[in-house]
Amino acid sequence: MNEPIEIRIPEFIRNGLILWVIIAIAVISGVITSTYTVQAESQGVVLRFGKYLKTVEPGLRFKAPYGIDKVYVLPVRRQLKQEFGFATLGASNNNQFSEPRTRDREKSMVTGDLNAAEVEWIVQYRISDPRLYLFNVLDPEGTLRYVSESVMRTVVGDRTVDEVITIGRQEIEEEARDRLEALVNKYELGIGIDQIQLQNVNPPPPVQASFNEVNQAQQERERMINEANGEYNKEVPRSRGVADQKIQAAEGYALKRVNEALGDVASFNSMLAEYKKAPDITRTRLYLESMKEVVPQMGKKIILDQDASQILPLLQLNNESKGGLVR
Amino acid sequence: MKLQGTAIIIILGAIAFYLCTYVVKETDQVILTQFGKPVGEPVTEAGLHFRLPFIQEVNRIEKRFLPWDGPANEMSTKDKTYLIIDTYARWRISDAMQYFLRLRDERSALSRLDDILGSETRNAVAKHELIEIVRTTKDRVAVTDKTLTEGMGNVGMLYPIKIGREVVEQEIFEKAAAKLADFGIELLDVRFKRINYNETVRRRIYERMVSERQQIAARFRSEGAGAAAKIIGKKERDLQEIESESYKRVQEIYGEADAKASAIYAKAYDSSPSSAEFYQFIKTLETYREVLSKDVSLVLTTDSPLFRLLKSTEVSEE
Repeated sequence: MNEPIEIRIPEFIRNGLILWVIIAIAVISGVITSTYTVQAESQGVVLRFGKYLKTVEPGLRFKAPYGIDKVYVLPVRRQLKQEFGFATLGASNNNQFSEPRTRDREKSMVTGDLNAAEVEWIVQYRISDPRLYLFNVLDPEGTLRYVSESVMRTVVGDRTVDEVITIGRQEIEEEARDRLEALVNKYELGIGIDQIQLQNVNPPPPVQASFNEVNQAQQERERMINEANGEYNKEVPRSRGVADQKIQAAEGYALKRVNEALGDVASFNSMLAEYKKAPDITRTRLYLESMKEVVPQMGKKIILDQDASQILPLLQLNNESKGGLVR
Repeated sequence: MKLQGTAIIIILGAIAFYLCTYVVKETDQVILTQFGKPVGEPVTEAGLHFRLPFIQEVNRIEKRFLPWDGPANEMSTKDKTYLIIDTYARWRISDAMQYFLRLRDERSALSRLDDILGSETRNAVAKHELIEIVRTTKDRVAVTDKTLTEGMGNVGMLYPIKIGREVVEQEIFEKAAAKLADFGIELLDVRFKRINYNETVRRRIYERMVSERQQIAARFRSEGAGAAAKIIGKKERDLQEIESESYKRVQEIYGEADAKASAIYAKAYDSSPSSAEFYQFIKTLETYREVLSKDVSLVLTTDSPLFRLLKSTEVSEE
């Protein structure tokens, strides 16, 4: 009677334990697989048996367990970035990099005047429609890389090298953005383009020196013009001043000449008035006064009797003196 | 015993459920095959579906648009310029049954795409000139920096086109799309990703770019020299003008002043016969004062009015 009891008890314990263990595992894994968290910057896309069910907002969420429901959490509110022709170190997004191997080919482009340019740019975008992003195109962000390379070349191909490098940058950014947006919508990538920004845009290295030469020549032109203007400004204003000085001096002379004339005339007129009163005596007086001044100034003075004027040739007149003879 | 029975039923039920159902994901479509032969229409609706266990096999086929990245191929344009052209396409399996029957998997699909898109691209590129592949908008006029490009001929100008890049891409798209439709493939788009000159062409292009820039630089230098010469010329001219005008003005002023002075003198001295006579008299005396100096020897006779008295005390005039 003991034997059956001995057999029955272990069987019962064994069966019961296994069942309880299975149930416990089932319950625990059910709880684990039925909760999930959606971060603040994200949205969750819930699938039931692989079929789209709903999109959920951030928070702690529940779903059907055991893989019946599946959730994809996408950072829809985060601005994402892709870099072309260069790479920022330490980027977290896999699609952000341009691969070192292809980087040179990525940035080298042909312009509309059949020159070449090296263009680096970034695309800023965000996931705008999680459902399209997940289900419409395989690898939407990889596709975005292809599309933006194609678009940038389309836009650059319609411009001259000077537009690309200097004057047309903003226009290029805008047109590339519009074109990229149109294609992204056509492909239904579920991505929204925020903006495109050009980074370094340069002529290819072998021709860079000649581009610099143009800048130098431009500077040189300005310098030559400035120097010439300097020379002009050094001389012409001074010459104007000198001219002005001469004219002023001439005007001074004119004033002097006229005033002297007026003075002379005034003195003459008053003398004349006196003269008219007694002409003879005045004349004699003036004559004698003048002689008093003049005669002492002169060198040799010889007074001859008028009857002895024939001795004149005998007089030794000084050689160096210029002979003067007054009646 | 009751518990045990329930557990066994649940486990068996789960296994049966698993064997009789399959899941179609949003990104998939499914063709069921029975001993390798397709059964029924392709299942495109996502969700849970039923099948016969063991007999029916599930073949999953992508529903999304798939990438095709063409190899970078060297090809020649109509004007014999060698380019390295890199294209991409996006495509999807639109007729799953056709696709399944003719290609079965993505690898063979991609190799068809390589063949068809590769050859259509080559054809299209060979039919057009380089510029048609580079440029897009027919009527676009380049914005130019006048200081750089003025009088430089073709520099800073866009080469004219007849059709442009997008039309060439469209050509490739149409031809390839028609051919791919036979395989149950829908082409979404095909585009040039990269167009680059091959090594020889590139060197030629660089040489041209360098010579263009050197032309521009030379023009700047010559412009500078020209402008400077012009300024120096203007300087010479202005100096001459200023100097000669001042000379002219000075002479005018002198002339006017002399004329005015003469008029004043004449008016005073010539006012009556007696004034003229008096003027002559005093001017003569004045002149003596200036002309006669110590270098002059004077010989006078007692006849002169001054020394007349030396000979006689008569005070009468002659």
